[in-house]
Amino acid sequence: MTRPLPAERTAPTRGPRRSLRDVLRRLPIVHQYRQSVGLQRGMLTAGLVICALFVLTAMLAPVLAPYGFNQLSADGERFGAQQPPSPEHLLGTTVGGYDVLSRVIWGAQTALLVIVVAVSLSIFAGILLGLVSGYLGGWLDRVLVVIADAVYAFPTLLLAIVAAIVISGGRSSLLGGVFAAAISITVVFIPQYFRVIRAEAVRIKSEAYVESAKAIGASAPRIMFRHVFRNATRTLPLIFTLNSSEAILTLAGLGFLGFGIEPTSGAEWGYDLNRSISDVTSGIWWTAVFPGLAIVLVVLGMTLVGESLNDLADPRLRTRRRAAATPADAAAESTPVAREELGEVP
Amino acid sequence: MTTRQTAPAPAPGTPLSPVTPARKVRSGSLGRYLVVRFLLIFPTVFILVSMVFLLMRVTGDPITAALGGRLPADQLRERIQEAGYDRPLIVQYLEYLGQVFTFDFGTTLTDNQQVTDVLLRYGGATLELAIYALLVAFVVGIPLGMLAAAVRDRWGDALLRVFAILCYATPVFFAGLLLKLVFSVGLGILPVAGRASVRVELALGRVDDPTGIYLIDAIRTGNPNVIGDVLAHAVLPGIALGLLTAGVFLRLVRTNVIGTLAMPYVDAARSRGVREIRLVRTHAYKPALIPIITVIGLQIAMLLGGAVLTETTFEWEGLGFQLTRYLSARDFVAVQGIVALLAVIVALTNFVVDVVAALIDPRVRY
Repeated sequence: MTRPLPAERTAPTRGPRRSLRDVLRRLPIVHQYRQSVGLQRGMLTAGLVICALFVLTAMLAPVLAPYGFNQLSADGERFGAQQPPSPEHLLGTTVGGYDVLSRVIWGAQTALLVIVVAVSLSIFAGILLGLVSGYLGGWLDRVLVVIADAVYAFPTLLLAIVAAIVISGGRSSLLGGVFAAAISITVVFIPQYFRVIRAEAVRIKSEAYVESAKAIGASAPRIMFRHVFRNATRTLPLIFTLNSSEAILTLAGLGFLGFGIEPTSGAEWGYDLNRSISDVTSGIWWTAVFPGLAIVLVVLGMTLVGESLNDLADPRLRTRRRAAATPADAAAESTPVAREELGEVP
Repeated sequence: MTTRQTAPAPAPGTPLSPVTPARKVRSGSLGRYLVVRFLLIFPTVFILVSMVFLLMRVTGDPITAALGGRLPADQLRERIQEAGYDRPLIVQYLEYLGQVFTFDFGTTLTDNQQVTDVLLRYGGATLELAIYALLVAFVVGIPLGMLAAAVRDRWGDALLRVFAILCYATPVFFAGLLLKLVFSVGLGILPVAGRASVRVELALGRVDDPTGIYLIDAIRTGNPNVIGDVLAHAVLPGIALGLLTAGVFLRLVRTNVIGTLAMPYVDAARSRGVREIRLVRTHAYKPALIPIITVIGLQIAMLLGGAVLTETTFEWEGLGFQLTRYLSARDFVAVQGIVALLAVIVALTNFVVDVVAALIDPRVRY
């Protein structure tokens, strides 16, 4: 295997000083977006728009929501339970007398918090373990692989339930609940990051540049974090999006089973759906449909982004551009260095 | 090569190896592969059981969790002593491992039953639900996946892919509630919940030596009304849980058919003038089905997790329904027992699936 030549030599038009536009183009999602065409671009765009809406809703929840998530009355008047949609309550009220619209909007905030905490925790732990295990190898590697495989084969939700019992003994406040849910999800996700990073670390370990780093006396941690890690991250954006959607589903599942967040301390879609089981039987649809749609929409958006990234990374599935706009573009598209660096399968 | 579970389960292309870490076994020795794969069951079960035990015990003993606050402190202490929860954790752990080894998963706190008895009584229901779900997944997922590959990168493909994503973007319980709203409450053609009507349950109870799988028991009664009732109750839960897996199958079949469509032998057939849809139907789909077998192994775990939610939504009295019941009663001995038992089941089924995959496809042996 010969390593491709450095960018400066094969593409003389690109000087060593990169312009801002060049850097922008190299960001994970921006790059794939530019690479996509036709339907694939449509799906990616739709996914990105939904994700952006979700994040905006989550951040602007206090402004957007007409009432608080645990507000039962306004102007001294109680909302009443299971009220159908009306001008005061656009999506009706729940069996507990909360405003459905407000709880759906506030629920976005809870979901976003859980995703951020869960995914950053599991990326951190998974990458560390994967690097160490893959690079150092030996008995530690074998033990970690067997453990990760065992956890990986087990139903996510059951593991999350056990973790939720441990962490919060059931349910708790918003921050406590968010952390409990996030950590429960983390336990399940660590093996996934671990496997991916480990596989990459094992592959990269035998590359010539690692060997030369060793030859000039770089320490193992330095090689691990500087040489191996930098080159092992190409699949992370993909797993990140896939895991975020899984985090939402797990959170909703936990909430549905009564292990989520107390309704008085935070809005959570799964919990609201659980309370609506009996409503559905008597034909009250608005308490179930809206929180459910919120989950579906967010997961849909993230999966669209994730799937598009996945397809674009897989040469078998990538739709090819018929002809690039300018010869320069075409050259940039086909330079092996660019591909390698931008996280594609060469 | 797949990732796991709930969300976009198998992300084709993510470089994850299948569950077996038996990569070092050289190919050509089926016997050796099977032995290694069989021996791997033990560490897997051991790790999961230990993990569940340790996690559940770090926070305290189950008796305080279940009865704390309801009993005076001295009585509580007495019961803890009686059950042996005041001994050092390591002693309890070794004792627990010994029990698990003899297939004793403990006795529930709230209603004093052997966890293995709970499994025997309710396991049939969960198995039945899982089989219906797999049927739905096969019937929906595989043909649609082939269709999507045939019309690749056109609007039909986009629609089918969005459908696949919707299948696993929808939590099973929400899918269940929607189906209920439309078919049970709105149209009134299918029952809302349960495994059978009360009258039919009584009739089924009179079958001697019942299997617990209602459809088999119903067929044994020979009464068409009973069979119809049991089937009508199974439709919505089966679809709700099955669509989840159908989405996974759809995209898996699509990706693999697209892969095989690029093979030289398919090109050869195309050059002879075979039509595109026929290429997919007769040439490309068989090799594309092999990954499905491997994925079913992971789907078992997903189905079990989904079954917990589906059973709760439809009051389908299976293992998952019992698990939820014990969870809300805070009976953590029962929860620990059921989860540990499910770990054993998952490990065993994964073994069986891997063996089947190895027998069918020689390439699986690494």
